[in-house]
Amino acid sequence: MTISSPTSGDVQLSEPRFEGVQQVRDALRDVQYLADDGIAGVAYLADRLGKPILVEGPAGTGKTQLAKSVAEITGSRLIRLQCYEGLDESKALYEWNYKKQLLRIQTEQGDTADHEWTEIRDDIFSDEFLLTRPLLEAITADEPVVLLIDEVDRVEVETEALLLEILSDYQVSIPELGTIAAKQIPLVFLTSNNTRELSEALKRRCLYLHVDYPQLDREREIVLAKVPDITEQLADQVARIVRSIRQLDLKKAPSVSETLDWARTLLLLNIDTIDEQTAKDTLNILLKYQTDIAKAAKELSVDE
Amino acid sequence: MLELLNGFVVELRNAGLPVSLTENLDAMEAVQHIPIDDREAFKYALGATLIKNQAHWRSFETIFEVYFSLRGPEYKLVDGDEESMVDDLWREMQDQQQGQEGQGGAGGLENLTPEEIAQMLMSALMNGDQGMMRAMARQAVQRFAGMEPGRPVGGTYYLYRTLRNLDLDSMLDRLMESTREEVGDDLTPLEERLEREEYEDRIDKFKGEVEAEIRRRLVADRGAEAMAKTLRKPLPEDVEFMHASRDEMVSLRKALQPLTRKLAARLARKRKHGRKGPLDFRNTVRHSLSYGGVPAEPKFKYPRPSKPELIVVADISGSVAAFARFTLMLVYAIQNQFSKVRSFVFIDGIDEVTDFFRATEDITEAIHRVNTEADVVWVDGHSDYGHAFEVFWEKYGKDVGPKSTVLLLGDARNNYHASQSWVVKEMQHKARHVYWLNPEPRSYWNTGDSIVGEYGTYTDGVYECRNLRQLETFVEKLA
Ligand SMILES: Nc1ncnc2c1ncn2[C@@H]1O[C@H](COP(=O)(O)OP(=O)(O)OP(=O)(O)O)[C@@H](O)[C@H]1O
Ligand SMILES: [Mg+2]
Repeated sequence: MTISSPTSGDVQLSEPRFEGVQQVRDALRDVQYLADDGIAGVAYLADRLGKPILVEGPAGTGKTQLAKSVAEITGSRLIRLQCYEGLDESKALYEWNYKKQLLRIQTEQGDTADHEWTEIRDDIFSDEFLLTRPLLEAITADEPVVLLIDEVDRVEVETEALLLEILSDYQVSIPELGTIAAKQIPLVFLTSNNTRELSEALKRRCLYLHVDYPQLDREREIVLAKVPDITEQLADQVARIVRSIRQLDLKKAPSVSETLDWARTLLLLNIDTIDEQTAKDTLNILLKYQTDIAKAAKELSVDE
Repeated sequence: MLELLNGFVVELRNAGLPVSLTENLDAMEAVQHIPIDDREAFKYALGATLIKNQAHWRSFETIFEVYFSLRGPEYKLVDGDEESMVDDLWREMQDQQQGQEGQGGAGGLENLTPEEIAQMLMSALMNGDQGMMRAMARQAVQRFAGMEPGRPVGGTYYLYRTLRNLDLDSMLDRLMESTREEVGDDLTPLEERLEREEYEDRIDKFKGEVEAEIRRRLVADRGAEAMAKTLRKPLPEDVEFMHASRDEMVSLRKALQPLTRKLAARLARKRKHGRKGPLDFRNTVRHSLSYGGVPAEPKFKYPRPSKPELIVVADISGSVAAFARFTLMLVYAIQNQFSKVRSFVFIDGIDEVTDFFRATEDITEAIHRVNTEADVVWVDGHSDYGHAFEVFWEKYGKDVGPKSTVLLLGDARNNYHASQSWVVKEMQHKARHVYWLNPEPRSYWNTGDSIVGEYGTYTDGVYECRNLRQLETFVEKLA
């Protein structure tokens, strides 16, 4: 762990991980993640600029998977901070190991009575007693890492402040220790389901990527890649029907995960073409609300 | 390059998109990592660094298209390859026709008849060939738009002229027709729907190409800056309810859903937190057991603040109808924040529509019923607030009580009828709160036949709600 004086530590940009956008796209495809130009382009830039990516978009469109897949293609360890309401410093950054500190104080006192308190204090506020949590862990790692800060919109606005130092300077300040600077700049992904507006300060530090439901072609490819043994024809039909359903005014449109679930179900049922009846019978896999199901069933069978 | 980027950022700011200095610098750095002639990559690089809100993407895109419309080799005004591609296709079709009908054709694209152009477009759409569609879009604009340098008309005019000549609606029918022939069998309704949607999608893409071509020509003629100015459009959240075009209505509706979702999440959070009640003694002691009896973690009672009961009374006549619709949608989308929501709509007669919303979970459908089924016309279908309020009070006045919050919606343009503002006074007397929401700009209030001031004196506040942004702010305060 490098501990520098608490000035803004300028971390050197490491060697570029990617040669170009196309390479990112190809590599992702190799691990069954189908990116479009926007997704691959922003991932490429994030590496070049040494900036985190804020990934927003509807549920189940592959935001979390993107971080995982990028970790895979760069041979990095994935460190994940799952956000939730009430997440705080001691769970996100670091915590002192009080029990161990107490023990040490007791043993030291037992040992030599005249131990200076300042000495003990310096001793117990050192690396040894520090419990690293995901953010600090990502910063201090020796090997390449991808840091995933998942569902950042779940934490309170005030908690966002915890992230700012890491995201812009790749360092963490610990009052008792000084400033810990990263040895290498990790690729950082923050995901958000957009349930609240994130602070300007946070957004300014990030590249922004909106991942929407995929276009027809890409969704078909995702199905083909993720559902082994599915025929081109069925994958195409699945993608088309899903596109059609997403155009309806629904409470909740089907996500990519639901498309995949549906495709797998159809395969299990030994279906090779989807007719109206099949579609209707299995809509409950694609859609979660009864009103949505009713609406889609009606739409799909009515001749225009 | 630097200058171009700067101009671009200025234009984004002019359009109301917030771009900070850091973001500007990031953009400059980002484009250095992008091959200079890769226009798509260029766009994403700028988008990722400058735009941090999905709702702003469309505005960004439009401005981008204008600013960088003439960049990149494939975006030159005249493209040799494309000319020859169109040429080839045309010759091919000629040959086929000759084979079939023995018709001789004189070469040269200029001599294509509109029918021949339509024929070629149809085959491009049939095959879904993007390059060919782009080439055809150029031909179509050149042929049909009638663009002249320096002519002060907007792009929509040219778009309209081009599309009218192409008659894409009947093109869609013909595409479907020939698909049916090809299959030789009857299409099931599902197949029919999917095929149609595919063609619609291609036609939309083609329209996009036509628009892009018109834009390119206009930019070449007038310069990017002047063009950007004419295209400046308000963001969805700033569109005025009272003057929204059809397109803007669509984008408003799209903006409403994420907005309500966020609003609901925020309100739920607010309800859960932020209101720490008094110490919950028993709970604290129970938890203290795990700390060896030390009350290390105080627990608080979360008093359930009583939710207000909402009564919405909305004018749904002509110019304020959209406003009423959006307010109702917003209110019903977060209705679990209220103990009860009742809604009434009027023009000169008044009708309760609460049941429409109760009957279905689908707010859009309920709104549709409000528009078509509510009985709101009494004499002539011109707003009469006075009469509507009077009838309201007579029939439902007894339901207004100390838990009710009453929202009165409208521009208070009463067509010089009697105001009957005593009703509002009575409401204020009995209800917890009475608010008036007015979609008109404040400067128009109390001009002409607007008597919002008179009604306003008996309310707890009159709020200007011209756009979604203002409406959202008010509703958040309310819940
Ligand atoms: N582009 C893609 N290529 C391959 N698989 C994808 C793609 N997009 C989504 N998926 C698959 O869809 C599923 C959902 O993805 P993921 O969990 O990453 O969604 P998410 O956007 O993080 O959703 P949430 O907002 O609910 O957390 C995963 O199984 C993922 O593998
Ligand atoms: Mg996720």
